[in-house]
Amino acid sequence: MSVIVRVPAQLRNLTGGAGELDVPAGTVRDVIGAVEAAHPGIEARLLDERGALRRFVNVFVAEEDVRYLDGLDTSVADGTTVSIVPAVAGG
Amino acid sequence: MSYVLTLTCRECGRTYPPEAEHACAFCFGPLEATYDYDAMTGRVTREAIAAGPLDIWRYADLLPVEGHGPVSLGAGCTPLVRADRLAVEIGLGELWVKDDTRNPTGSFKDRVVSVALTKARELGFKVAACASTGNLANSVAAHAARAGMQSVVLIPSDLEQAKVLTTAVFGGKLLAVDGNYDDVNRLCAELASEYPDWAFVNVNVRPYYAEGSKTLAFEVAEQLGWELPDHVVAPIASGAQLTKIDKGFRELVRLGLVSPLAGHDAEDPAGPVRVSGAQADGCSPVAAAFASGADHVRPVKPSTIAKSLAIGNPADGWYALEVVRRTGGAIGSVSDAEILEGIRLLARTEGIFAETAGGVTIATLAKLAREGVIRDDERVVAYVTGNGLKTVEAFGDTAGPTATIRPRLEDVTAALDGHLTTAGTTTGPVAGAVAGTTTEQAS
Repeated sequence: MSVIVRVPAQLRNLTGGAGELDVPAGTVRDVIGAVEAAHPGIEARLLDERGALRRFVNVFVAEEDVRYLDGLDTSVADGTTVSIVPAVAGG
Repeated sequence: MSYVLTLTCRECGRTYPPEAEHACAFCFGPLEATYDYDAMTGRVTREAIAAGPLDIWRYADLLPVEGHGPVSLGAGCTPLVRADRLAVEIGLGELWVKDDTRNPTGSFKDRVVSVALTKARELGFKVAACASTGNLANSVAAHAARAGMQSVVLIPSDLEQAKVLTTAVFGGKLLAVDGNYDDVNRLCAELASEYPDWAFVNVNVRPYYAEGSKTLAFEVAEQLGWELPDHVVAPIASGAQLTKIDKGFRELVRLGLVSPLAGHDAEDPAGPVRVSGAQADGCSPVAAAFASGADHVRPVKPSTIAKSLAIGNPADGWYALEVVRRTGGAIGSVSDAEILEGIRLLARTEGIFAETAGGVTIATLAKLAREGVIRDDERVVAYVTGNGLKTVEAFGDTAGPTATIRPRLEDVTAALDGHLTTAGTTTGPVAGAVAGTTTEQAS
């Protein structure tokens, strides 16, 4: 019962260089909590002081932006990939 | 030489050396090039700019690169056209169109890509990559070819055929992704972590790339004889272009290259130029936030013919909102039908064929003029940023011959049915002046 969390280069100094982590399934908030437990310091990078996703942090569950879903309450089923991605512009 | 001091996080203010990084390592906020304006003052002059090349590189001192040997196809110094016929139709006074359809690959993206790949080459990159709605794809593929770099361009698979072909022809790798632009963008952002030796123009070299849009402001001021317009209208996709136009005008004031408008001083936060934004109804997250007074931009799923503006989660949307609110502008949005009418309006009044994004800008300009947000006592500039030949499919079969006839005189007469005046009696005012980019404007 686990999900894969893809970690961007900007956070890999906190994961010993790992680009992917295995954590238990749950909500996005649970997943971030599990990552924080294994690699302290990551949560503060993703969530602001009120516990909301920082404006320029995007989290995707199965390739869908959680802001289109239920935000941090979005459930992450077993075997799903969660991607953490800094926002980028383009056109 | 470069006057760039650091890259600075726009959210938390942490600073970084000017290298290939776009997001703050702490909060993921976007990094912005900051300059040593004190060192620039008095050294960056109108005369020095006027002596430069007739492209964006005349403003090299105001760009975040060393500037020798730029990767250039000659972007910039596009015409600023006095648009009297259009002004009459929509009830404005002094109206100008910045015709950025006239760039090497037909859009303003040549400005930003020229800066991005110049910096990428300085930093030692050999591969240029991007996520694109089409215009950026064209420009990256072309500039990479010019620079002798490899390119990897990712596009949504439903892109206009013209934009696919005009990217593929340059010979780089072109990956069509089953998904919308936001999907492609997310994929690219993840790739950037796995391929750190690629220069993703809108990811890891974005702080440099985005600065290229400042030249849209620099040129307008120079073409107006080193004066500021009162009000500009620009399209909003990611929001970066609009925010950089504002930054460009502010830098010109900061460096003493232009005087603030009457009634403003150099420190006035409500300026120096009113900036309004334009979106398509089918992708209007920033316009919606403006209308509701929200302090965040809620992402949407785009559905519009203006594919080059179809970014549902605009990374700089919040900053665009701030600029518009600070300067007393507005953000409007228009329907697909209004977009096509906007394209036709610009084409029949001024002889400029814009892509759908230009239709968004012109239709929104007309709407904001009707609402009195843009006033007839203002000197107004509308940014038309892409060429209509790229999006001909948007018209479907609604544009075509007036009639198909046999090669006979009477068929011509019958087909026109008295709808044209006789030769030599044109109607309406003669089209206005075209402000060139030559040194006589650059007093």
